[in-house]
Amino acid sequence: MGSRWSPYDNNGGTCVAIAGSDYCVIAADTRMSTGYSILTRDYSKICKLADKAVMASSGFQADVRALQKNLAAKHLTYQHQHNKQMSCPAMAHLLSNTLYYKRFFPYYSFNVLGGLDNEGKGCVYTYDAVGSYERVGYSTQGSGSSLIMPVLDNQLKSPSPLLLPAKDAVTPLSESDAVDLVKDVFASATERDIYTGDAVEIVVINAGGIRRESIDLRKD
Amino acid sequence: MSKATVELPPKAGFNFDLCRRNDMLTKNGVHAPSFLKTGTTIVGLVFEDGVVLGADTRATEGPIVADKNCEKIHYMAPNIYCCGAGTAADTENVTDMISSQLLLHRYATGRESRVVTALTLLKTHLFGYQGHVSAALVLGGVDITGPHLHTIYPHGSTDTLPFATMGSGSLAAMAIFESKYREGLTDFYIYILYLCQSIARDEGVKLVTEAICSGIFNDLGSGSNVDVCVITKGKVEYLRNHQKPNPRTYISSKGFSFLKGQTEVLSTKVTLLEKPQQEEGVDKMEE
Amino acid sequence: MSIFEYNGSAIVAMVGKNCFAIASDRRLGVQLQTVATDFQRIYKIHDKLYIGLAGLATDAQTLHQRLVFRHNLYQLREERNMKPETFASLVSAVLYEKRFGPYFCQPVIAGLGEKDEPFICTMDSIGANENANVIGIELAKDFVVGGTASESLYGACESMYKPNMEPDELFETISQALLASVDRDCLSGWGGHVIVVTPTEVTERKLKGRMD
Repeated sequence: MGSRWSPYDNNGGTCVAIAGSDYCVIAADTRMSTGYSILTRDYSKICKLADKAVMASSGFQADVRALQKNLAAKHLTYQHQHNKQMSCPAMAHLLSNTLYYKRFFPYYSFNVLGGLDNEGKGCVYTYDAVGSYERVGYSTQGSGSSLIMPVLDNQLKSPSPLLLPAKDAVTPLSESDAVDLVKDVFASATERDIYTGDAVEIVVINAGGIRRESIDLRKD
Repeated sequence: MSKATVELPPKAGFNFDLCRRNDMLTKNGVHAPSFLKTGTTIVGLVFEDGVVLGADTRATEGPIVADKNCEKIHYMAPNIYCCGAGTAADTENVTDMISSQLLLHRYATGRESRVVTALTLLKTHLFGYQGHVSAALVLGGVDITGPHLHTIYPHGSTDTLPFATMGSGSLAAMAIFESKYREGLTDFYIYILYLCQSIARDEGVKLVTEAICSGIFNDLGSGSNVDVCVITKGKVEYLRNHQKPNPRTYISSKGFSFLKGQTEVLSTKVTLLEKPQQEEGVDKMEE
Repeated sequence: MSIFEYNGSAIVAMVGKNCFAIASDRRLGVQLQTVATDFQRIYKIHDKLYIGLAGLATDAQTLHQRLVFRHNLYQLREERNMKPETFASLVSAVLYEKRFGPYFCQPVIAGLGEKDEPFICTMDSIGANENANVIGIELAKDFVVGGTASESLYGACESMYKPNMEPDELFETISQALLASVDRDCLSGWGGHVIVVTPTEVTERKLKGRMD
């Protein structure tokens, strides 16, 4: 009687990705919540899909986990067939197809994919729940995205696609400045968004490989 | 009926002029905005010679924190305070209205207000509005008959309890009370009270703080700082921001600095404000 | 759709060192269609007191007229201007009177007090005061926001705001925060209108912004 059961939940959380000329920063907070309750304070929303492709996802974490396993299986097949790791642009397209495959019962996940492209440049792909995607210089998804996006716009300003000659989408910041900016926007979002908090996990991909770090956020 | 052509400020009570229009808008699929809520953990407990009230300081509007440091412990009378949860405007205005009624009552009787008087005024007001004024309250105070603690629900029902919690963090806070509150705070400490009056009080403040912190950390609707109010016979200690367990964790080392002239301006108008306005006013009065 | 999204708006106020700034966008729309691009959302109550009204424009204008009326009566009776705190209480009372049939407005109030100390506050559409409390009125230390771009503004201000800014720096900060925020909100924009008030002068500026 009354409320009907829903197959979806929203576990909150915020993801940010920034692409630089030779690096990519992907970050997400580690809080998983439902309603007004915190389920865990230490849940990684970031998943390494390939050597040079990392995905951060907020939304419904059960769907996210299913999506990650699905992509991992497909990536394994790819490795067997081609004897190499999938590139980040290829993985981006695979993710789009995987999401659109479930167009009428979507994965309730909001993803950003970051990594290095075939020339070693940083790349960020941003998605909606049913696979529409775009390569951008920076992006944010999840419960705190509307708080973070204007700050990234102000600091990184994406070039207009109408400008000719076409400009690179990568940001002018150095790697350490980009990490600093990510920490600051997460601290800001945590002040005002109740679903963002506890800690932020930051993954940096560059020619040297993948590096992880994390800082604490407010726990209330 | 008055036929005044000028709309005079109303004397009292709610005004329902816009209700029909707003209903019409709602029926046409335009929704009324959500109100400011105080998510909230509020608690209170009775100890031997007084009452301790506690509250967090977060106000929310949906998933967004609208106020990081609001006050939820409201003044009712010099010896009575009241914590409010629910719609922020309702808790503020209900406590204000009843507080002024209590003041008038004190003027009329010349006696200190009693907690039951406040309780009755609050519950009749809330019952009259059948739950539409959504205020959930924890009322505490010390009067001639001793310390009292009550909870009041939005529909007007009340409880009298040795310890109480309300709001979205009430379960988290009640978990602390249920595991740590002992009759000791009233009975067990009686013999210690002979030795030192302040132990029970400090114990009470500690327990209330712990309960509020439990709400702050485990309930997303509650957060920021701990406010505590200790009421004993003839004395009130309002400990605003008693604890601040949630400072901002990171501030960018470089900060955001904008250069002068960075923003494109279309037009500028500067108006100078003349200073000696007040002196002229004084002269006119004397004429 | 929420009624707040009918016309669209963005308002923000910030406190600086002995000064304050209040800013709004300039768009008036009917849902997604832009109707006016020079709309006034910030109203002057007296030289050192301003109110910005976000939300449904028709209610904002009605409410503004009622507030001016009440302020005029106060001036006639008291022969002085209202303090910002007093005015905030008045707005709160006027709004709460219509608790069950509210004006669809969110006010943002900014002013300089008797000793030229800055005061800012905001409330919801039924007058729940934020930042200014009735007991020993507490001044907001930083910023307040309102309107359809409020989430973006919260994020932008939370990052960009610094305490004790001088008027010039305050202007740049509030303008950048406003423009960055309205560019991510479909329902507000078309430049901005910024008022910076110090004890000695009022500076009104119109900002150039994206026109889409």
